[in-house]
Amino acid sequence: MINFDSIKHVRGESQFVDDYIPYEKILYGYVFYSPIAHGLIKKLDYSEALQIPGVKYVFTYKDIPGENQVGGIIQDEELFAEHKVEFVGHPIALVVAEDFLTAKKAAKKIKVEFEELEPVFDPRVAYEKGSLIMPPRVFSLGDVNEAWSKCDYIIEGRVDSGAQEHLYLETQGSIAYPIENDSIKIYSSTQNPTHTQRIAARVLGLPMNKIEVDVLRLGGGFGGKEDQATHWAVMAALAAKKLKTAVKIILPRQEDMRLTGKRHPYSSDFKIGLDKNGKILAYEVTFYQNAGASADLSPAILERTLFHTTNTYYIPNVKATAISCKTNLLSNTAFRGFGGPQAMFVIESALFKASKVTGIDYHELQKINLLKEGDEFPYGQRAKNCRAQICYNTLEKIYNLPEVKKQINQYNQTSRFFKKAYSIMPICFGISFTSTFLNQASALVHVYTDGSVGISTAAVEMGQGVNQKLIEIASKVLSISKSRIKIETTNTTRVANTSPTAASKAADLNGFAVMEACEIIMGRLKKFAAQLLNVKEDNVQLIDESVYVNNQKTELRWNELIQKAYLSRISLSAQAHHATPDVYFDREKSKGEPFAYHVYGTALIEVTVDCLRGTYKIDSVKVVHDLGESLHEIIDLGQIEGGIVQGIGWMTMEEILFNEKGKLITDALSTYKVPDIFFAPEKIEVHFLENAPNPFGPFKSKAVGEPPFMYGIGAYFAILKAMLEFNPNMELNFKAPMTNERVLMSLYSKIREKVHQTIN
Amino acid sequence: MISFILNNEIIKTDLPTGYVLLDYIRKNQRLTGTKEGCREGDCGACTVLIGELVDDEVVYKTVNSCLFPLGDVHLKHVVTIEGLNLETINYLQEQFVYQGGTQCGFCTPGFIVSSMGYLISCKNYNLNDALIYIGGNICRCTGYSGIRRALTNTINFLNEKLKGFNSGKNNSIKNLVELNFLPDYFITIPQKLRELKEHQIEEKVNYQKFVSGGTDLYVQRWEELVDKNVYLLSTKNDLKGIYVNNDEIFIGGANTISDVEESQVIKQYLPELSESLKYFGSKQIRNRATVAGNIVNASPIADLVNMLLVLDAKLYLESEQNKREIYLREFFKGYKLLDKSDDEIIKAISFKIPKENYLFNFEKISRRTYLDIASVNSSFFGYIENNFVEEIHISAGGVAPIPLYLKTTSSFLKNKIITKDLIAEAIEIGMNEISPISDARGSAEYKELLLRQLILAHFEKFFPELVSIDLVLKEV
Repeated sequence: MINFDSIKHVRGESQFVDDYIPYEKILYGYVFYSPIAHGLIKKLDYSEALQIPGVKYVFTYKDIPGENQVGGIIQDEELFAEHKVEFVGHPIALVVAEDFLTAKKAAKKIKVEFEELEPVFDPRVAYEKGSLIMPPRVFSLGDVNEAWSKCDYIIEGRVDSGAQEHLYLETQGSIAYPIENDSIKIYSSTQNPTHTQRIAARVLGLPMNKIEVDVLRLGGGFGGKEDQATHWAVMAALAAKKLKTAVKIILPRQEDMRLTGKRHPYSSDFKIGLDKNGKILAYEVTFYQNAGASADLSPAILERTLFHTTNTYYIPNVKATAISCKTNLLSNTAFRGFGGPQAMFVIESALFKASKVTGIDYHELQKINLLKEGDEFPYGQRAKNCRAQICYNTLEKIYNLPEVKKQINQYNQTSRFFKKAYSIMPICFGISFTSTFLNQASALVHVYTDGSVGISTAAVEMGQGVNQKLIEIASKVLSISKSRIKIETTNTTRVANTSPTAASKAADLNGFAVMEACEIIMGRLKKFAAQLLNVKEDNVQLIDESVYVNNQKTELRWNELIQKAYLSRISLSAQAHHATPDVYFDREKSKGEPFAYHVYGTALIEVTVDCLRGTYKIDSVKVVHDLGESLHEIIDLGQIEGGIVQGIGWMTMEEILFNEKGKLITDALSTYKVPDIFFAPEKIEVHFLENAPNPFGPFKSKAVGEPPFMYGIGAYFAILKAMLEFNPNMELNFKAPMTNERVLMSLYSKIREKVHQTIN
Repeated sequence: MISFILNNEIIKTDLPTGYVLLDYIRKNQRLTGTKEGCREGDCGACTVLIGELVDDEVVYKTVNSCLFPLGDVHLKHVVTIEGLNLETINYLQEQFVYQGGTQCGFCTPGFIVSSMGYLISCKNYNLNDALIYIGGNICRCTGYSGIRRALTNTINFLNEKLKGFNSGKNNSIKNLVELNFLPDYFITIPQKLRELKEHQIEEKVNYQKFVSGGTDLYVQRWEELVDKNVYLLSTKNDLKGIYVNNDEIFIGGANTISDVEESQVIKQYLPELSESLKYFGSKQIRNRATVAGNIVNASPIADLVNMLLVLDAKLYLESEQNKREIYLREFFKGYKLLDKSDDEIIKAISFKIPKENYLFNFEKISRRTYLDIASVNSSFFGYIENNFVEEIHISAGGVAPIPLYLKTTSSFLKNKIITKDLIAEAIEIGMNEISPISDARGSAEYKELLLRQLILAHFEKFFPELVSIDLVLKEV
């Protein structure tokens, strides 16, 4: 079983936006952006830029025929700043020239005068000042106030998690060009073609049917191209319309990092109450989300944080408050996990701290509180087909946890500076868009007269293998060879009003739509074959490209059947629409059944920390993961392995830093480091939970994209445990990422002060 | 006129020598399998092979085409992913497909080219060496497990197949062609390069700038270089050569870091230097970055410079009018300030061959162990006999405006009996020689602490019994 796309990948034949030449004459755009974090634009002068040979035009908000507004959930984001800039990197103008370097050089000639305003970077400060994206949200279950008195232990603390750069290897980019009827065609590297189409229409003042968005594939997205691919596509469209030729905007890496949002940093306060046996009775938490300068997807991300407040534990009394704080930083956006990881890091920190206070082992506390069938989540849904405990127990058993502990203990007894530790990270992740209306998709399936099949859906291929999964599904339903099936580009003229490829949900939603469209065609073909063979329709089957009657193979093959059906004027195309049944969520009450199902799993992470140098190595990650019945094992394995390493990256080496003026310091791959092949654990073992069909997924499968990311959280606690082996008196702070710097500074907190005094 | 072979095609172009190879491949030739991911040599998506005629065979190296001046492909063979493809995918590519070694596909051509670079230029295949070759390639889908599986299987397959093949000097390419790993046109390349060389016409060009390896210059200032004819020091054979003369080891200024790493002279007299260089950039960068470039760039955390400082290296500077020598320890005058005029180049460096009982250690801590710039690095070199310190030299990078030699600390240690207290005292003296600043690689406070730890690590390596837990945890 392979992914057909990968054959093109290994030959370098897969095309990405920057590889297209869809138009004879192409101009290039370069975005001019604010160098300051907060201020009023007093004067903008680009006359000098226009003088440079090769420069065609400089676009500002004044050139926008429609609305200067790109906000999705909340309309609070201008495409080009009009009078006020709100972060370093805020687009002000677009320079279009004959080539990229000319555009970039011209942009340097643009002069702006600002009246600087006081910026805010810290979400807690923003909260105090009342700078919010929207009113706080609260989820609650039971009554925490009543529960505290019943607790034997009450532990409080603060937890901080950092931003994370998507660093999709293909930077943001798009090409737009004019076509007849006053229309624009856009090739964009976007996870959300319909959003791009809608916003382009809004900004250009055109109806949506005059904007066509086409997506072939993405060189990685991870959420970073869900909302934030839009700006560059819209700018290119604006320029193409005005200049009547193709305009390409590919963000150079540094601009991509400076101009686009990251995973939201969170600062949180928790209070957790347990009885003497380690059972959690109450949990109260406040999340301060650093949204950056505009809403973008922050409200939806904030909501998912609340959904995952208790991770995979049952807590009878919960009060979770989430506050989206507006600051003068890049507008943070979707990133694999979508606010879930931030919430899970807080509850795990709370449990870890509780273990130190109660003396009950951290992993015992996890086990005592794991979800059981029928337990209620803080949002009212109950755990159904709950696999929290079976995953945890299977993990302990198949990876021989007692032996792991024994070996680690032995090692630590003899090693002075190198210390080993393990941690366990159980996860539970809800599958569905929590905005219920997005849980819909449609598919358009054509069978051509030669028997080949073309499929269009809303799904965007970005390395997650969704196209191959759709091929698997279509091939199963139509019972034809996979080699006959091609997945077309994602195009708004073929499939309209699409939901973004996000929430791990693309294979589920589009898979069902493909399944239903193929079933329509199969129905027609069976009926036609029955007529042709003069038998009852119920007795006809199509198996492996042959028609069977009463389980007997006939002479009639797929190709011939299709030919004949065409000549008999049978429609060989079908469109189907799928909407996830029974999901709903009442935002007023914060209760409902938002998820079609949950994904469960548990990971065992082992690390070695060099306590002399303050560095660490992730030795292994071993997982028991609930996939349902896998649609494609090598793709699912890749998603799990990749998600784990990306999650570990977020928790360990990946650190976003701004200077005191709000300028991004880590704006290149030389300063923002992501896992490489040496850092990624040498050993990642994945055990797919057996006999675990999912009644709510296509062919009993489960979504796979996001959940494994959260296994990475275990790396943080494994490192922390190893550090405590070396220095048990170390002060406990829950601050991620656990960079080398943080390891060393925590291990030697007293000494570093002395060293510093010696020098200064 | 730049003449070279691109895959299987002879190319002649009048573009300036400073033009970027990546742009030539993607824009001028429309070969889009080579990707632009970062344009600073930090992702490897633009990796290509550069083949150069050495004696009668072509030696291939992987480089980042985003940092490679077009002029330097003159009389060479440039291989992109397109030039590696056969009619059907080769075994390596097949393994990437079957083992899930590719997800979004954007980084994949770079991984394939780097892996093929390994297979072409090495023998006795093993996974550890292969990983060094792809260490300069980043996969953000982080599908490294699949890549490991693909490489492991390929190596096993090849080692099995190559049993009984002639593994002589010139046979790698022939064998790989025979095993359907490489297109057969590779066999014709040596002859074609010889012909190119014979037919080349010497031209007078007005050069506007010196470029050595360019691995930092093309990160910082590529926009200034693309339309210029740059003078490529890396092509000058008289600036190359690693050899022993009297009691000294000489290294040419234009020798690459890989040249030093792979040099038999270095492996014989100071193997730890060669070993330590695997933490310098990536394979692609080391294949390109030069010794002189690393020195002249004057970065306070330059890894090779850090090592050369403790070896007391000497520089041989040359201009059209003048020749002179200067010790590396005297060369750095301030942040990016050198005792060097614009027209001087570093022809070579030298240092004394270590005596048999030398101790050498290099420590480097960065955010990521490989392909990263140090937060702090430190080298240690000396002679200690029966606990008597004849001399110890310690350097410290990332803690001052220049690559720092800890002069006071080193002279303090001379002629002392080594004890716990001596180490503690040396650290305290060392701490007073530094002045780190906070930046993307760490806070000043961290860098101070880190240097303390690295000095302890040096001693721990050679005198583990002296570096006890109580010394490490002792407050200064």
